[in-house]
Amino acid sequence: MVNPNIEGKRYPRSAPYLVGREKLREFARATFASEESINLEAAKKAGHKDLVAPVTFPIVLQEFGLKLVIQDPEAELDFSRVVHGEQKFVYARPIVAGDVLSSELSVASVKSLGGNHMVVFDTEIFDEDKKLVCTAISTLVVRGADA
Amino acid sequence: MPEISKLTVGDIVATKNYSVTRDSLVRYAGASGDFNPIHYRDDVAASVGLPGVLAHGMLTMGISIEPVVSWLGDAGKVVEYGVRFTKPVVVPGSGSAELTVTATVAVIDQESSKVRIDLQTSFEETTVLGKAQVWVQL
Repeated sequence: MVNPNIEGKRYPRSAPYLVGREKLREFARATFASEESINLEAAKKAGHKDLVAPVTFPIVLQEFGLKLVIQDPEAELDFSRVVHGEQKFVYARPIVAGDVLSSELSVASVKSLGGNHMVVFDTEIFDEDKKLVCTAISTLVVRGADA
Repeated sequence: MPEISKLTVGDIVATKNYSVTRDSLVRYAGASGDFNPIHYRDDVAASVGLPGVLAHGMLTMGISIEPVVSWLGDAGKVVEYGVRFTKPVVVPGSGSAELTVTATVAVIDQESSKVRIDLQTSFEETTVLGKAQVWVQL
C-alpha cells in the first residue's frame, strides 16, 4: 500500500555524492559496457574532462531518495509489494567522474488503478553549482492487498 | 561518431546478444547497491510467487543501451533514455538467460540534430521492455 496524500511531497536533498572513476567502471562492467566506453583517453578525446557515467548510473542516486520514502511513516509504502514499472533519465549534461552531486526526490503523482497504485517519483540531480544535471523519473507499481 | 545525414528511419544501427548469468546478477547487485534477494536467491523468489530468480529490471535497461553507446562511441551523447518493464527475465542457477537487443532509428530531427533510437530487447522470443526509446544528440 501507499498513502495517496504523499503526492507532491518533497524529500530532503541527499548528502553530496562524489562520482568516482572506478565506481563508474565497476557499474559500466556490471552493465556489459565495452572496454572502450571506460577508457579515459577516449572520453577526453570526445571532449569530456573525465570518464562519462553509464546512462543508467543515476539510479544509484535515485536509490538515496527512495530510501527516505521507504523510511517515511507517512508514505506507508510496503516495498515488498513494489514492482518497477517504468524508468527514464533526462540529461541536461553528462555526468563525469569528479562530479559532486546531490539528489532531491519528489512524489510527482499517486494514482489508483484497479486495486494497485502507480507512484511516480522525480529525482532531480544537481551539481556543486546547484545546476540541474539529470532528472530520473521512476514509476513504481504498488500491488494492492488482493493483487 | 555517426553522421545524422547518413541515417534513415528504419536503419538498424546495432544488434547484439548478451548472456546474463547469476554471476551477472551478483555483480550488478554490488555495483548498483540493489541487494533485493529475489535477484540471487531461489528460495526467496519462490516464496513471493516468482517463476525464478529475476534479473534486475535496471540491469536489463543498462544492457539494452550498450549497443547504442558502442555505436555512438560516447555515452555523453545520450540525452534521454526511458523504458517500460513489461516481462521479467528469469535467470537459471546454471547456464544463462540470452538477451538480444536491436537498435533502430525511429525519428530524425535535423533541426535539433537529435535522433531517437528505439530498442527491442528480447528474451526467449518475447520482448521484455516496452517503449524503450533513446534520444541522442549528434
